[in-house]
Amino acid sequence: MSILEFIKQPWPWYVAGPLIGMTVPILLLIGNKAFGISSSLRHICAACIPAKIPFFQYDWKKEAWNLFFVAGIFSGGFIAASLLVNPSTIVLNPKLITELSGYGITDYHAMVPAQLFNWSSLFTLRGLIMMVGGGFLVGFGTRYAGGCTSGHAIMGISTLQWPSLVATCCFMAGGFIMANFILPYILLLS
Amino acid sequence: MKNNLKYLLVGIAFGIVFVKAEVISWFRIQEMFRLQSFHMFGVIGSAIAVGMLSVWLIKKFNIKTINGETITFTPKTFNKGQIYGGLIFGFGWAITGACPGPLFAQIGTGATVISITLISAIGGTWVYGRFKDKLPH
Repeated sequence: MSILEFIKQPWPWYVAGPLIGMTVPILLLIGNKAFGISSSLRHICAACIPAKIPFFQYDWKKEAWNLFFVAGIFSGGFIAASLLVNPSTIVLNPKLITELSGYGITDYHAMVPAQLFNWSSLFTLRGLIMMVGGGFLVGFGTRYAGGCTSGHAIMGISTLQWPSLVATCCFMAGGFIMANFILPYILLLS
Repeated sequence: MKNNLKYLLVGIAFGIVFVKAEVISWFRIQEMFRLQSFHMFGVIGSAIAVGMLSVWLIKKFNIKTINGETITFTPKTFNKGQIYGGLIFGFGWAITGACPGPLFAQIGTGATVISITLISAIGGTWVYGRFKDKLPH
């Protein structure tokens, strides 16, 4: 097996997790920056739609590194999907496949299920709730919580911040409630 | 600008890991919240373990940045937003299968419609900023 073939396989958690964790010391060492991604959304608001709101009245240019970081994440997604793409479909728990097929989700090729997230379904009730509503909850919730999985779950817990542990438990609880008790009804909509 | 290019490079590496480990897969997020796979728990858990160990080493040996600066940590203070906001974010995470970082990577993989989700997330951030003082903290 060539190196490229080896890289193209899906990476197991014990390779990916430590690499993601390494972002914490790398950002600290190269620029004394605290790992966090959701702040980028705030900087975009401060740069584009400040509207005299005190929360967006700060010098976002000083935080521009964070925008370079997310531009990198976008580019990394592009590189991985165009050059390092896994030739086979994702291996999932059969229980999930059975459940999702009940909602007509049968295509497992992409990271984002094309049958749920696509331009023509954007204006269906299900599409609006999932794409527009879901995005709103992500943006509103992370800022309300003061961070997301990177800032709280990884950076926050790594630096032993107990408020971050509380936030992370709530992230998980919210996700558990949504995925098991609410999302099934949303998926039934058309 | 030139100074910020290194963050672009770290971001690229990070985005590649996101895709290759299927962390940005909506399906993997569903598996996680249905407790059907250890994968995402392993990713997040080992990332925290490595982060914690490295922060401990930085503090213990008083390691400086490459420019010789002392590394600083800002303590977080608790407020109820971490509970309410955390739950709301969790709802969004399970619906979209993405947290803010993966949103950018998902668009990069060619799922262009996720740009609408990202714009909506920016809108959500703005609405929070607009009504911050009226929300319980």
